[in-house]
Amino acid sequence: MKILVPVKRVVDYNVTVRVKADGSGVETANVKMSMNPFDEIANEEAIRLKEAGNATEVVAVSIGEAKAQETLRTAMAMGADRAIHVATDARTDTELQPLAVAKLLRAVVEREQPDLVLMGKQAIDDDSNQTGQMLAALLGWPQATFASKVAVDDGGLEVTREIDAGLERVAVKLPAIVTTDLRLNEPRYASLPNIMKAKKKPIDQLGPEELGVETSPRLTYVRVEEPPKRQGGVRVADIDELLTKLKTEAGVI
Amino acid sequence: MAEVLVVAEHDNAKLDKATLHAVGAGAQMGGVTVLVAGHGAGGVAEAAAAVDGVAKVVHVDDAMYENPVAEDLAALVVAMAEGYDVIAGGSSTFGKNLMPRVAALLDVAQISDVVEILGDDTFKRFIYAGNALATVKTVDAKKVITVRTTAFPPAAESGGAATVETIQAVAPTELARFLGREVSASERPELTSARVVVSGGRGLGSGENFAVVEGLADQLGAAVGASRAAVDAGYVPNDYQVGQTGKIVAPELYIAVGISGAIQHLAGMKDSKIIVAINKDEEAPIFQVADYGLVGDLFQLVPQLTDALKQSKAA
Ligand SMILES: Cc1cc2nc3c(=O)[nH]c(=O)nc-3n(C[C@H](O)[C@H](O)[C@H](O)COP(=O)(O)OP(=O)(O)OC[C@H]3O[C@@H](n4cnc5c(N)ncnc54)[C@H](O)[C@@H]3O)c2cc1C
Ligand SMILES: Nc1ncnc2c1ncn2[C@@H]1O[C@H](COP(=O)(O)O)[C@@H](O)[C@H]1O
Repeated sequence: MKILVPVKRVVDYNVTVRVKADGSGVETANVKMSMNPFDEIANEEAIRLKEAGNATEVVAVSIGEAKAQETLRTAMAMGADRAIHVATDARTDTELQPLAVAKLLRAVVEREQPDLVLMGKQAIDDDSNQTGQMLAALLGWPQATFASKVAVDDGGLEVTREIDAGLERVAVKLPAIVTTDLRLNEPRYASLPNIMKAKKKPIDQLGPEELGVETSPRLTYVRVEEPPKRQGGVRVADIDELLTKLKTEAGVI
Repeated sequence: MAEVLVVAEHDNAKLDKATLHAVGAGAQMGGVTVLVAGHGAGGVAEAAAAVDGVAKVVHVDDAMYENPVAEDLAALVVAMAEGYDVIAGGSSTFGKNLMPRVAALLDVAQISDVVEILGDDTFKRFIYAGNALATVKTVDAKKVITVRTTAFPPAAESGGAATVETIQAVAPTELARFLGREVSASERPELTSARVVVSGGRGLGSGENFAVVEGLADQLGAAVGASRAAVDAGYVPNDYQVGQTGKIVAPELYIAVGISGAIQHLAGMKDSKIIVAINKDEEAPIFQVADYGLVGDLFQLVPQLTDALKQSKAA
């Protein structure tokens, strides 16, 4: 089984982003960037499937500016075998949108013919939670989203999914798309020797034109603003004061 | 006026609250039709027809839709999409799984977790874990959206008198098969619609210690939530998680116990009306959003609060 893992370069989850004063977007210059955490989990799962003898090759793909290659190096340092960079100048948090990403990924899938695409459920910049489902739709493949467990059984996968009410199990045929939730695994750190080795692994470069995909945005970001701030509250000394405030001031109990 | 199709979420017996919120949002855009695809779900179709603001219910009964997979449900929605300008659902795991698939099959963008409808084609939604609020305008003629349930009041469950039309199922895709579901049983109110939520974090230290949180929730008739750290550590099931990548809640009263207040957690609860934080670290970021902050050991303070509530009830 060959696995494709789309990984997105995003503002690190520890960074509190700042909205630009002109309302055009979020400040990403000089901000720490990392692999989208859900994609680390997807990459980890793919590597584990390979280590368990269920997969033969793990190929990472990232769509974005030149620096997306750093993210691909990280993916390969974790254990992906090779990588594909689809270069674009569009901002990947707002201008290059899930439908366009899904179309680019479909073109990559058509070239690479993987049996499984393992990807994040959500990018923590646009918070869309769409691309995997869209890619599955475009390919006519099954989708097992929000996975917390993936088991290989003959010819398919049994996937446990995190849903609002608890957990759900589905069986999907291969080829398939699986999107990861937080509890699927704990991604490994890349060791120094593996970081060195990853420098020698190949990155293929492609452009959206080469893939023949139209990527212009369907959504215009009319404005990006700072959300309303909560008023800072007060400290209460003890439970009695808290209860009094909740009853008389807030009127919630 | 736009024609809006709301895809109902239900368990063949009861219409999910998320659907009522989606109808509430849909009614801001136009006339609402509700699709009820299920098996033996005639009662749900009738309940949907009684919802205020619903003009029509389309009911499809087939074994395939008893526990439908997104692949089959998306095929059905797309087959009936032609007459509608807007296709909407709640941004529950059900809606998040289904709607992007529908949108891609229709070759349109999907707009996730809408918090405000500004016009036919313009919506507000949060990005970056709630740290930025974006106004987006779509060029697509058909809009496929999911709505944040806490941002739209639910439609009333009565007052409507919609007609119910029955249509045929579409061919199964045979791509995926439902195997089973483990629902975390709880007598408590549902997290996303509860009036009061008490959430516990890593500060609880173990699953057994969560009894402290539950004791308080019992006194308040509250739902119980959790931080990601508490879920990851196995103190409580995954469906308790509040936050950027879990559930969004906005109760009248949110009590955060032993939760530090990471941005990912705040993204899920900072629209609560009143926030109370109990934490032993006075520097914890949760205090920056709390209306009432109490610094101290939760194992002392929470039982005290629970007892005080018990006594004031008895009095
Ligand atoms: C991609 C991604 C998505 C995420 N999504 C979410 C999400 O949806 N929801 C979410 O919650 N998190 C999410 N997180 C995790 C988030 O970043 C934090 O790690 C998490 O919220 C921390 O949980 P916590 O506050 O319980 O734990 P900690 O940060 O460890 O805080 C524990 C708190 O308990 C206090 N405490 C300890 N003992 C006591 C005591 N005896 N009495 C009183 N106070 C005590 C401590 O002072 C501390 O403030 C996500 C992270 C990533 C990377
Ligand atoms: N620019 C990109 N490059 C590679 N993968 C991406 C890109 N954008 C989105 N993805 C994948 O799609 C998932 C969901 O993203 P989204 O639908 O934007 O929330 C991510 O977790 C990635 O796996």
